Amino acid sequence: MVTGKGGTGKTSVAAALALALAAGGRRTLLVEVEGRQGIAQLFGTDPLPYEERHLTDAPGGGQVRALAVDAELALLEYLDMFYKLGAAGRALRKFGAIDFATTIAPGLRDVLLTGKVKEATTRTVDQRRVYDAVVLDAPPTGRIGRFLNVTAETARLAKVGPIKTQSEGVAALLRSPMTAVHVVTLLEEMPVQETVDAIAELTSYGFPVGRIIVNGTRPPLPAGRAVTAAELKRGLVAAGLPADRDTVAGLHDEARDQVIRRELEDSLRADLVELGLPLTELPLLPDGVDRDGLDVLADALRRAD
Amino acid sequence: MPSEDAAPPLDVDEILADPGVRIVVCCGAGGVGKTTTAAALALRAAERHGRRTVVLTIDPARRLAQSLGLTELDNTPRQVKGIDVEDSGGELHAMMLDMKRTFDDVVLQHTDPAKAAEIFANPFYQAMSSTFAGTQEYMAMEKLGQLHARGEWDLIVVDTPPSRSALDFLDAPARLSRFLDGRMLRMLLAPARTGGRSMFSLVTASFGMFSKVVQKVLGAQLLTDLSGFVAALDSMFGGFRQRAEQTYRILQARETAFLLVAAPEPDAVREAAYFAGRLRDERMPLAGLVLNRVHRPAVPELDAATSRAAADRLAEIGGHEGTVDVLRAHAALARQAVREREVAARFTEAFPEVPTVSVTAQPADVHDVDGLRTIGAAISRS
Repeated sequence: MVTGKGGTGKTSVAAALALALAAGGRRTLLVEVEGRQGIAQLFGTDPLPYEERHLTDAPGGGQVRALAVDAELALLEYLDMFYKLGAAGRALRKFGAIDFATTIAPGLRDVLLTGKVKEATTRTVDQRRVYDAVVLDAPPTGRIGRFLNVTAETARLAKVGPIKTQSEGVAALLRSPMTAVHVVTLLEEMPVQETVDAIAELTSYGFPVGRIIVNGTRPPLPAGRAVTAAELKRGLVAAGLPADRDTVAGLHDEARDQVIRRELEDSLRADLVELGLPLTELPLLPDGVDRDGLDVLADALRRAD
Repeated sequence: MPSEDAAPPLDVDEILADPGVRIVVCCGAGGVGKTTTAAALALRAAERHGRRTVVLTIDPARRLAQSLGLTELDNTPRQVKGIDVEDSGGELHAMMLDMKRTFDDVVLQHTDPAKAAEIFANPFYQAMSSTFAGTQEYMAMEKLGQLHARGEWDLIVVDTPPSRSALDFLDAPARLSRFLDGRMLRMLLAPARTGGRSMFSLVTASFGMFSKVVQKVLGAQLLTDLSGFVAALDSMFGGFRQRAEQTYRILQARETAFLLVAAPEPDAVREAAYFAGRLRDERMPLAGLVLNRVHRPAVPELDAATSRAAADRLAEIGGHEGTVDVLRAHAALARQAVREREVAARFTEAFPEVPTVSVTAQPADVHDVDGLRTIGAAISRS
């Protein structure tokens, strides 16, 4: 499970993790559940259907497949499996009844989504697991606790029946050592605060928190201290660059902002370290996250293990 | 060069000063500084333009909330003290949305205490008022409607919930009121009664089956609770729908100004473009785009490649480590600025008529009134 505050790049990290886990001839499934089509946008493909499809190859012959889970279709699939609805099911869909059913019981939607993830994770063919790993681009930190805590939500509403059984199975898997919830953050105040809050919440519900993944980090400055204007001027002259007053003042301002930013980042990093969880830093990709960039992130994640 | 310069400039002061504008709605993807922007605009409306302003925030960062004096979530506007309104005569009030309490208030308003107690005790109501997907969006709109109806505010600035998509925020009122309308619910609970008489008679067969399936899957207790919920809420359906429609009309009116908030990141810009399209379709007044966290090198004439090459040269010479750092950082900044302009251009190309303002990234996070004032000045380009 990969969560994180909106804007921290959790979809990219989830994709990179799916790539990293597929390296060397393994097969992984990258799943999204919020109907955002984030995976398709990231890989520049057509919108993903509710169907497992080949997405991309990983280094060393591995394969990443992708799936966008749709709660309505998952419900129909589920009902069909148990009750053989056939054409009646399609009529219900047209009628909006499925949307209605997943709306009245707030936990039901989430049980269906996580249930699909469970099914893919535990699916076997010839007694072998179909996927070596399933990576879920999960809802953001603000909703992750509620999303994963499916039993609590559904138990309130459904006291008996298959939905209850289903949600209990999902809950057991989510709390087992097979699951790890990774939290993606940036070295910015809000995302770090939400990371701290989310980890507390996940821990209180008994979900195994994996790593904190700090996205978009920059290499440390070698000199690591503020430069004086005079020093800067000498340096610019030595480099054969313009060293007029405006240039020196402008670059000096940039350097000052940089130092302020770095100090803030260091203090936020210290807050994260204090949580005592494994911490992985991913580099800022100056040109944005493209396919090559994902390999860079995947490589960094692989080396973190 | 494709840049925000291609779009007409957005003048937020003109909007904030306009007595005809009574509502400013800030919307956009999560993590783009929406709440901070809303708070900064509200502060500026009070301090600069002398307006009696209230800012409705959804889920502010703790320290930002504290800076506005929001120490508790009590669902009532509280006046923000210690701001500079002596000359302008304006006021700033701030409140945090308490979704459940807002919902409870709506119920209380529409029914008697005994019935309200019955509703509050129902597990469906509890689930829906605290976790229903869309409740937060709906309650934000409900609160906006309440604040607007009281008529005591010159300007209401609304921060919208961090929806999974922009869609939720516009659709939630209609979706919830459709749901609460209860036709589906009543059919579900009494398929036999509806048979033959309703407009749904053609699908009654599959509906009866659906009801049976729901009984099997969810259990009879659930249906009993649901039935109780529906019966209790029955008297309120009309009121709910009416309110949702009222708020929707206010959002379409000339007194409302929508501001899109984005950062120069692909996801945020895509979300903003999507939202701009939706607002156009819904005929809601889009005033402009606030592009936050834009990086602007202080020395734009020194490009990334030149700066990096110079840093490499200096590193070889040795003895200029400080300058090497500065040039490398400048190169990264210049490169980022180019990329951000390309990303922002995707919006401008799709919506060239939407006024835009770019706000330079702040070196540190904002969590006090001074910081908000600085942001407000940056948004206003003054």
